[in-house]
Amino acid sequence: MKKNWTKFLVVALSVMMVFAMTACGGGGGEAAPADGGEAAAQVLKIGSSGPLTGGASIYGTAVKQGAEIAVAEINEADPSFQVEFKMEDDEADGEKAVNAYNKLKDWGVQVIMGTVTTGSCIAVSAEAFEDRIFELTPSASSADVTAGKDNVFQVCFTDPNQGIKAADYISENFAGKKVGVIYNNSDPYSTGIFNAFKAEMEAKGGEIVAAETYPDDTNADYSAQLTNCKSAGAEVVLLPIYYTPASVILKQAKDMNYAPVFFGVDGMDGILDMEGFDTTLAEGVMLMTPFNPWSTDENVASFVEKYQAAYNELPNQFAADGYDGVYAIYNAFKAAGLSADQENAEICDAMIGQFTGGFTYDGLTGSGMTWNDKGEVNKTPVVCAIEGGIYVDK
Amino acid sequence: MIFLSNLINGLSLGSVYAIIALGYSMVYGISKMLNFAHGDVIMVGAYISFCGTAYLGLPAWLALILAIVVCTALGMVIEGLAYRPLRGTGSLAVLITAIGVSYFLQNAALIIWGSAPKVFSSLFEGFGSSISLFDGELTVTWEAIFTLIAAILVMIGMTLFTSRTKAGKAMRAVSEDNGAAQLMGINVNTTISMTFAIGSALAAVAGVLLCSSYPALMPTTGAMPGIKAFTAAVFGGIGSIPGAMLGGILIGVIEILGRAYISSELSDAIVFGVLIIVLLVKPTGLLGKKMTEKV
Amino acid sequence: MKTRLRLSKLPPYTKNAAISYGLVTAAFVIVSLLKAAGMISSSLQGQLVPICCYIIMAISLNLVVGISGELSLGHAGFMSAGAFTGIVISGLLETSGLPEVGRLIFAVIGGAIVAGIFGFLIGIPVLRLRGDYLAIVTLAFGEIIKNFMNIIYAGKDSTGFHLKTNPELGLEATGRMLLNGPMGATQVQRISTFTAGFILVLITLFVVQNIMNSKQGRAIMACRDNRIAAESIGLNVMKYKLMAFVVSATLAGMGGALFGLNYSTLLPVKFNFNTSVLILVFVVLGGVGNIWGGIIAATILTILPEAFRQFADYRMLTYAIVLILVMIGTYNPAIRARLGMLRDKIFPSNKEDPKAKKPRWRKSGKGVA
Repeated sequence: MKKNWTKFLVVALSVMMVFAMTACGGGGGEAAPADGGEAAAQVLKIGSSGPLTGGASIYGTAVKQGAEIAVAEINEADPSFQVEFKMEDDEADGEKAVNAYNKLKDWGVQVIMGTVTTGSCIAVSAEAFEDRIFELTPSASSADVTAGKDNVFQVCFTDPNQGIKAADYISENFAGKKVGVIYNNSDPYSTGIFNAFKAEMEAKGGEIVAAETYPDDTNADYSAQLTNCKSAGAEVVLLPIYYTPASVILKQAKDMNYAPVFFGVDGMDGILDMEGFDTTLAEGVMLMTPFNPWSTDENVASFVEKYQAAYNELPNQFAADGYDGVYAIYNAFKAAGLSADQENAEICDAMIGQFTGGFTYDGLTGSGMTWNDKGEVNKTPVVCAIEGGIYVDK
Repeated sequence: MIFLSNLINGLSLGSVYAIIALGYSMVYGISKMLNFAHGDVIMVGAYISFCGTAYLGLPAWLALILAIVVCTALGMVIEGLAYRPLRGTGSLAVLITAIGVSYFLQNAALIIWGSAPKVFSSLFEGFGSSISLFDGELTVTWEAIFTLIAAILVMIGMTLFTSRTKAGKAMRAVSEDNGAAQLMGINVNTTISMTFAIGSALAAVAGVLLCSSYPALMPTTGAMPGIKAFTAAVFGGIGSIPGAMLGGILIGVIEILGRAYISSELSDAIVFGVLIIVLLVKPTGLLGKKMTEKV
Repeated sequence: MKTRLRLSKLPPYTKNAAISYGLVTAAFVIVSLLKAAGMISSSLQGQLVPICCYIIMAISLNLVVGISGELSLGHAGFMSAGAFTGIVISGLLETSGLPEVGRLIFAVIGGAIVAGIFGFLIGIPVLRLRGDYLAIVTLAFGEIIKNFMNIIYAGKDSTGFHLKTNPELGLEATGRMLLNGPMGATQVQRISTFTAGFILVLITLFVVQNIMNSKQGRAIMACRDNRIAAESIGLNVMKYKLMAFVVSATLAGMGGALFGLNYSTLLPVKFNFNTSVLILVFVVLGGVGNIWGGIIAATILTILPEAFRQFADYRMLTYAIVLILVMIGTYNPAIRARLGMLRDKIFPSNKEDPKAKKPRWRKSGKGVA
């Protein structure tokens, strides 16, 4: 008897599930045209995904906020052409990112400005390649993101590029000094930079005396890695990592009276704006960043002002990338003479034509940005040093 | 000298694990549940203390007390709302609920305090950063010293509490035999609630100490130390106070020494590998009670 | 000899099995039809294969948690082993001219075998432990597998297959990295299909249901219900527990291979403790030992977080609250009793025969005093 009840429940639930599925399907299909019909002005739907929850949510949130400022500016400037921007949460996970991407497709997305993190971006770009939707990622920096996909472009530098640039700079400006590295061996970004850095250093005849790693968890202890760097006599320590672990490393290095030149990459940007961070710890830290919030550049200053007014914090490189991503798409879209009611595939092809055909964009993260047919951006990295709590160009 | 400095770092990390493991172990002993939300109570404790000093302008010790009070209350609320309704239904249901609580705390923290990491200012900032010995060849941070002292004090305190006080004895009785304790007139609900309160208070202390040494504070801060401390509790023999202490310190030392001398890539694998070997030799952990099965 | 098969005349377990296959097939047919008719959103379509994977994971974990009665917190480790093996095999066969289906079959078989070997190697030490100690060691192994995947680099070129623990594989210019340490696998050709997922779910169901109703399965359950009694009648407890563990790992490897080949990239961190826990949640929420419950829970809990997207920032918070409430709702004795009363009121004929009442799953702690 009890069996019957269970079976009934199972059947009932299955039927309910099927209905729910159909309902979802129907709903998704109807919503898209209704939106398009109502608005009199042209509406371009730009979608994005990034981690808005979980350990990496700081990056997704920054991109979202930066992008929203760009969208507000565009919509204000031209009432006849509106951009609708939607950002879904992907928790920096490939599976969730594909789900988010599909959700955006149901919403009627026309251009993807994402995704924020590398792993999920590779997963999404394969889908976007098949669906012929143009994609410009603000911050996914691995070379795998664009490899083999003609419709995917990057706003940020690739990891190998950064590693090579860092090696070039260090072997030029710190010639003959011993170099140590502390990197995150469970993070594609960090490992990607390190591998390229190591290869380039070897090619240039530089000496890496200590290459230390740490597993992927916050608040890990870095004293063992620092002790190894210190005892190996490293005078320059490359930190191809994000600023959160870097802040702990700087504190622990100070505690053990170890003061090499710390050299960060773009992930280091944001360290000065951490709530409660003692900025004197970062004094003398060098970093390669495309974005300097203290720059006197007019556009940067206006962006920083708007960002601070809206979110009450200093924008970091990710926010600037998000802002640039939206504007690059908008400018290219306009330059190609596209209209928002065209098919995604048409938009995609025209945008590829623009990006590979000499389109230039002056943004917050570099002026005169151009793209090659591999999807990589060409802009000059800026090496800064932290002096007195702000970035100073070197 | 390098070895000594690694050892001290290991002891310091291990002491934090030990305090967390103590909370884990006590809660496990009394309710036979793996409280996966314990690590997140640590995170809440650290955030409360951070807010106390940064926003309310409290001195560090007062912020610590505030964190202890809030976490104690939080522990009792969690126990009452989420775990008590499931008492006696088998450990699996409570385990999943604990995971739900863990997700809840992490995401609530994300909404309340935002995703940007906060830099925790050390509880011992007033002492200066570190002591230099042997012409600067060996440096010991004040955090390391005080963390170790705190861990020892907590262990002694807990041992005295469970062996000398009435409430502590009640706790032991309940963890030994729930039903018999009830028949002896012990209020089981109150006792379990009290255990959660103490465990969560310890979590607050651990959170403040953890973030004093490793200052980046995020909603996920407690997750990994929580798992490590759980490992430590099992390593030392879950349910045993000196076991949790020993397990915590050993895990910390093995982690740091493994990272320094074997491979920094595989330090977690080394920790877990040692755990497996120990459990194979001593199936109930280093100081765990041997269980006999009766038919 | 009967020529007509009559459902009611079959032995109960065969009947139940037949019904399960029927229901799974019906669900597959309905979803496929809806998909063909364009009535399913892209969001749901993208989740069809992962749902199949999670169903496989839930059924296979149920074999350990439900049937064998051991708590495992490292099931994602086997999924990881299967996924990366599957990706490597599929990558190696890319240039062989084999059709996609053929490659998927080899990948799934390879993933299953490697995960099974892992299961065997891990099972031998793990199963000597009991209860929560066993749980922590499975957690440890899950973390160790993840840690090792972070240092494994594999690639192929015209000289063959290379496997090292550092990125310097010395590949030729035409070579291709298959596994790239923490960067995982990239440029994976996505060859998993919903149909393949459906077939694998059927295979998993077939294996697990047959085990449950076999002599070995009854032996496994006997070891779960009372280890000492089982030993006293001459059952080799270790052997049966190991059998359940290895079969479970093999099936998980199969699901993992299907999962890995559904995305163009896969990172080792994907299979962390959280994923193991997620699968365990499916099993517990569906009812420990209840295969059907696991299937439904896996399906609903995979769709649910996506359905919560409208809550935006509060999405995961909502999920956590729902999880806690559902657990309390399904397991709290008072609420259960009330639900039972409600059920009797609605279906008065469904009175249970007190004699037929048998405990389905006893707490493993009962025998310990």
